[in-house]
Amino acid sequence: MCATCGCSGDTLFEIHEHDHEHEHGHDHEHGHDHGHSHDHAATRTVTLEQAVLARNDALAERNRKWLAERSILAVNLMSSPGAGKTTLLERTIRELGAQLRVSVIEGDQETVLDADRIRATGAPAVQINTGSGCHLDAKMLAGGLETLNPPVGSVVLIENVGNLVCPALFDLGEQARVVITSVTEGAEKPRKYPQMFRAADLVLLNKIDLLPYVKFDVDDFLDGARRANPGVEVLHLSATTGDGIADWYGWLRARLP
Amino acid sequence: MHEMSITQSVIQAIWDRMGDAQVRRVCLEIGTLSGVVVDSLRFCFEVVTEGTTLEGASLEIIQPTGKARCRDCGAEFVLNDLLVLCECGSANRELLAGEELKIREVEVLA
Repeated sequence: MCATCGCSGDTLFEIHEHDHEHEHGHDHEHGHDHGHSHDHAATRTVTLEQAVLARNDALAERNRKWLAERSILAVNLMSSPGAGKTTLLERTIRELGAQLRVSVIEGDQETVLDADRIRATGAPAVQINTGSGCHLDAKMLAGGLETLNPPVGSVVLIENVGNLVCPALFDLGEQARVVITSVTEGAEKPRKYPQMFRAADLVLLNKIDLLPYVKFDVDDFLDGARRANPGVEVLHLSATTGDGIADWYGWLRARLP
Repeated sequence: MHEMSITQSVIQAIWDRMGDAQVRRVCLEIGTLSGVVVDSLRFCFEVVTEGTTLEGASLEIIQPTGKARCRDCGAEFVLNDLLVLCECGSANRELLAGEELKIREVEVLA
C-alpha cells in the first residue's frame, strides 16, 4: 500500500520514510508539513490540484470566445472511420452551404483527401494532419480557424479524426458535439464507447437506407445511447439518399447564433 | 491512444508550475470513468519523461471510483461504468465522481 496516502497503487515509495503510521482513505485534504523524517536528499511536496488538460481547456475557452465574438457556429463531428462524416458534409454543403456559408476543418492522421472532397463542393476547407495523434485538440482548431478565417455569422463544421475514443476528451471550444454512427457498424457502439456518446449533444444514426440489408437493432442502439447520455437527441438519416436529412438541417439552423 | 497526449499534458503542466525542479514523485487522480487507461499512461510516462526533469520520478495514480446521484429518485450509487442505471431504472443521473483527470501533487528536490 502507498505509504503516502493509503492508495493501493503499485508505485515506488522507497524515497519516503515516515516516522509515523497513518491509515486513512483519500477523501481528506492534508498538507505535508507534518512530522515526516527523511534520511535522503531533502524533498518538498507541492500541491498542484490542477486539471491535466488545463492548457487545452484554456485554449478551448479562447476559441469559444473567438467564435462567439464573430457569431460563428462551430460543430465538432465525431465518429469511427467510415461512418459517413465526409459524405454528410458534402451533402450538407451542397444543399445548405451557400445559405449558411459553411466552411470545414478536416482532421485526419494523413492525406488531404477529405479536404479535397470538401473543396470540390465549393466550400472552403482546411486539412489538419495529426500525424500519430488520434484526435484534434484546441490548439489545432485555433490554427485551423486562423488559416480558414471564416466570415462573421458563418458555420464551421469540424470533422474530427475518425475515432470513437480519444476525441471525446478534448474540448475544442466548439458549441456542439455531434456523434455519427452508421447502421453498418453494429448497434453496440454506445455500449462499447460510452464516453463518446456521453459527450454528444446530438447523435446521428446514418446509412438508414441500408437497414433492410444489415442486422442492426435500432431499439438496442437507442437504449445504449440513452444509458450513456440520457435525453440525448437522436436523428435517423441517410447522407446518401437524403432520408431524414431535413431534421439535421433543422437542428443546425436552430443553433445559429 | 490519447494516453500519450494526456501524459505530455501532465508533464507540460508540471513544467509550467515547477520550472526546472527535479521531480521525484508525481501523484495523479485518474477517475475510473475518465476514459484514460492507467497502464498505458504509466508506459507513456516512462517513455516521455526520459532525459527530462521527471526522469525516474515515481508515478502514483489514485483512481476514484464512479459515483452518481439519480436525478429522479435522489439515490446515490456506485457507477462501475457509464451504462449503469439507478435501481429505480432511471438513466438520468448526475456524475459525482469518477471522471477526475487531475495532477494532485508533486514531490521535488528541495
